[in-house]
Amino acid sequence: MTSRNTPPGPAAGVRGTGRARRAGARVVGGIGTSPEKRNHVVASTPDLPVSVRGLRKSYGSVHAVRDVSFDVAPGEIVGILGPNGCGKTTTVECLQGLRRPDAGEIAVLGLDPRTQATALRRRIGSQLQDSALPDRIRVHEAIRLFGSVGSSPVPVDRLLDDWGLTAKRRAAFGSLSGGQRQRLFVALALVNSPELVFLDEMTTGLDPAARRETWRLLERVRDLGTAVVLVTHFMDEAERLCDRLVVMLEGEVIETGTPAELIRRHGGGITATFTADGVEVGLVSGLPGVRSVRRRAGSLEVSGEPEALLHLGHALVGAGSLPSDLRVRQPSLEDAFFTLVGEGSRGRPGDGAGSGDPGSEGWATAGTREGVA
Amino acid sequence: MTGRVLREASRVELALLLREPVALVFALALPVVNVVVLGAVFGDQPDPTEDVFRGVSGSTYYTPAYMSLVAAAVGLIVTPTQLAGYRERGVLRRIRASGLPVSAVLVSQVVVGLVLAVVGAALVLAVSFASNEPDVPADVFGVLVAFLLGTVALTLLGLVLGALLPTARAAQGAGVMLWFVVLILGGAGPPPDVLPDAMGVVGTFTPLRPLVIALQDPWFGNGWNVVQLLVLLGLGVASGAVAAVRLRR
Repeated sequence: MTSRNTPPGPAAGVRGTGRARRAGARVVGGIGTSPEKRNHVVASTPDLPVSVRGLRKSYGSVHAVRDVSFDVAPGEIVGILGPNGCGKTTTVECLQGLRRPDAGEIAVLGLDPRTQATALRRRIGSQLQDSALPDRIRVHEAIRLFGSVGSSPVPVDRLLDDWGLTAKRRAAFGSLSGGQRQRLFVALALVNSPELVFLDEMTTGLDPAARRETWRLLERVRDLGTAVVLVTHFMDEAERLCDRLVVMLEGEVIETGTPAELIRRHGGGITATFTADGVEVGLVSGLPGVRSVRRRAGSLEVSGEPEALLHLGHALVGAGSLPSDLRVRQPSLEDAFFTLVGEGSRGRPGDGAGSGDPGSEGWATAGTREGVA
Repeated sequence: MTGRVLREASRVELALLLREPVALVFALALPVVNVVVLGAVFGDQPDPTEDVFRGVSGSTYYTPAYMSLVAAAVGLIVTPTQLAGYRERGVLRRIRASGLPVSAVLVSQVVVGLVLAVVGAALVLAVSFASNEPDVPADVFGVLVAFLLGTVALTLLGLVLGALLPTARAAQGAGVMLWFVVLILGGAGPPPDVLPDAMGVVGTFTPLRPLVIALQDPWFGNGWNVVQLLVLLGLGVASGAVAAVRLRR
């Protein structure tokens, strides 16, 4: 439990850098689209990229989506999180007009996907789950074909260059690696300079390096100022990339907020562990914010609110004790997620790479472990 | 805008076809194999009783029939395999989600099917006239109209098969089987007049029979067979409607 969370610093650092870069990039425009055009598009669409109220969709007697409401603001990356089968994919398919919802008010870029799907699809980009291309189609052919629907597609050469596919220009789709395919899919989703992009489980099945690569791509997409709806079940992905999260369980939205908000609300606080020769439990147990103190094998384990850490440090320094092995475990998004959806979701069989490791963190951490490795 | 999509889709489909050896074998090679085999068996011998080969020589009877086999290979094997493969792998979903009209992809299948059929028919004609001496068509334009109409109708039927069969493998298997059945019963193998009665009746309901007759009549100097042309037109319209409904979503 502790090892994967010990170094929280780098993750936070990366996220901060991403945001800073993005803010800068928005001013100058971005890759693949001229600044003038981007500004024009943003200015002419005052509507929210996504506004959903009370979405409902059943397949026969199966209620895939019971009640889903959320918004996506311009330029925002919103992650939809939830265990498998909670209705994430159905939700985004309804938003794209690929499925007809039973009920609900939906506006995507101000359009109704039920009646204006054709007009809508020309303004959005899509990466669908379980959706491929013919094996023998070549990279440049696919880009040209998918660009043929727009009025001014990004030139093929520039898109190839942007997404590192120039060397694969004439390669057949079937010969591409998983990471290259994802890059091509993202490129295809962006060929018509969409105002909103839907990405459904775009890193599932990728090796760790390819996942990292795909994340960098997505950071570039948001640097363009494009709003993104990202469906994922990888917590590290959501924490690193998303501005806001929508957590779904059994067809309903059970929580929304920034990753930091979710961690604060549901993460369960910090835990500090240190060698505590000569330190009495009583010294720390009464400190503000401390919830529990446990002694185990010469160490003390202190759990509590985030502010407990500073009080703890102050108390230790005051007592003349300076443990050299103080380790602090920050709550992660994963902790918050499992608190939200229930521990029952942990280690569910068949849900991913974590299932072969009973008693450990379960499926949703597979990505974390890979990412660290 | 749609014109540009259709042009791009047709170009891609044609490129994909040229990289798909199996499709080319079925559409281009199998009919030619028939030309060679049946041509060697019957050659230019005159119709023994005036009612086996519809009163013409064997090679004259079979040359338009071979042309129909090309159209049948495209419509029963090539198109369904391609379309079922698209559905199987989610290609149509991706195309739909990206705003490309699915209809452009479907129409491009017909366009490419026509191109392939014309090339296949040219091969059949070349080999047939090189190996034997069939009569030249009495009405070239009539043959051409029947061939183009029949190819489009069979390709549209292929879209229906591709919309119904779940996988590319299933479509190819079913397509090859159908192709041999219509070959035998439809009039491109044994002439219908020598088939047992029951088989002859079944043969009239194969999609190949109207095309064989619609090709042969103008070729033999009997004029256009309007009834069979209308049957082909009906087949095409019905198939196109079913395909449109099945694949619209």
